[in-house]
Amino acid sequence: MVAKRIVPCLDVKDGRVVKGVQFVNLQDAGDPVELAAFYDKAGADELVFLDITASFEGRETMVEVARRTAKEVFIPFIIGGGIGTIDQIRNILKAGADKVSLNTPAVENPALIKEGARIFGSQCIVVAIDARWNEEKQDWDVYTHGGRKVTGLSAVEWAARVEELGAGEILLTSMNADGGRDGFDIPLNRAVAEKVSIPVIASGGAGTMEHFAQVLTEGKADAALAASVFHYRHFEISELKKYLNQQSVEVRII
Amino acid sequence: MGNVTSVGNGFARLGFQTILTDDQERLSRCHALVLPGVGAFGSAMDELRRKGLLDFLKEQQQKGVYILGICLGLQLFFENSEEDSGCDGIGFFPGQVTRFPVGLKVPHMGWSSIMLEKPDPLFESIPSGSYFYFAHSYYAPWSEKKDIDPLARCNYNVDFAAAIKKDNVYGLQFHPEKSGEIGLKILENFGRMVLHGNHSGN
Repeated sequence: MVAKRIVPCLDVKDGRVVKGVQFVNLQDAGDPVELAAFYDKAGADELVFLDITASFEGRETMVEVARRTAKEVFIPFIIGGGIGTIDQIRNILKAGADKVSLNTPAVENPALIKEGARIFGSQCIVVAIDARWNEEKQDWDVYTHGGRKVTGLSAVEWAARVEELGAGEILLTSMNADGGRDGFDIPLNRAVAEKVSIPVIASGGAGTMEHFAQVLTEGKADAALAASVFHYRHFEISELKKYLNQQSVEVRII
Repeated sequence: MGNVTSVGNGFARLGFQTILTDDQERLSRCHALVLPGVGAFGSAMDELRRKGLLDFLKEQQQKGVYILGICLGLQLFFENSEEDSGCDGIGFFPGQVTRFPVGLKVPHMGWSSIMLEKPDPLFESIPSGSYFYFAHSYYAPWSEKKDIDPLARCNYNVDFAAAIKKDNVYGLQFHPEKSGEIGLKILENFGRMVLHGNHSGN
């Protein structure tokens, strides 16, 4: 069948990796390409570069990051953040990225998903959904603009809608769990994964190896994304995969 | 689109020169041809036809030039596909490309292990059971036909061809350019095969 994927995420600002990354053996831990190559060797199955640059000029550097990464790293990678037009998608993919992840622009202009999938194929179009539990509604709300703006959308419904529009994958971030290291949001991931028939990448809350096992089994996610546990080397990817393998989760061991 | 760049990057890393062109004059001077999969079956065939590359590919195949199809490239080598409500392919391989059944997560996206069924120089030093990266919604059903060599099998609820060969034409359903070190090894094996046993006369 298909192995569950372990996906490190790199936050990039103006072409540099932010969030203190602790790698003693890297010459330049701020260089996204060097870090990507490190994770490739460490056994990552895929990488996400999340552009958190505010300015337009800064964003242009992401195309360059994609181009350089594609020359050095031979595993799939996703570029997300600030991509809102077909031309931007084209430039990023042409540079060698495998997928783009669309967030706010997908909500504001759902036609972008459809058009992107039609031109480049569903496998290139990932829709990122930021979701937070709404106690009153007893449902998850979709947020945009980096979590600053609540939309009227239900995360589960929106996930089904983006699948219909042609998205090939969902990058699902739980805002409740994000940054907490208390575990992935199992109910959210499960609800979305059961609703759609495209792969779900779970994001937010990774703290221990058990958390990964949980979201990839109970949470029914196809891939698990994390940043700080890998950057701060709480455990190595090889260690994590060995553990998952022992838990009967199929992973690619290199 | 992205994988065209990445296939070129992969070969470059291994010291093989590639050019990206639709110019037959330039293509006919190459030692091998690589058709990386881009987009949908129907539009890819239309493009090949429009550019006169369909006949060109058949000529090159006849001449014995090595041809490698990746992902959609492999699919185009079959007689036809269910994609885009039914399309004719190039027809190097007999059979039809079909869509994964309903109820499965489609695209089949991610790393799956493949079983090597027949020794071939393309898979030299690659252990059976190795993981490769896949991203596709259609597949070539696994079958053992007399006039083709299915080299490797993969299973995603159904058995399908991960690698297939007929004479000088190879097809890979997975992305060697995105399958890490082991994927690059396949590109290297292909490059070596071309240099050592090329029939193109160049």
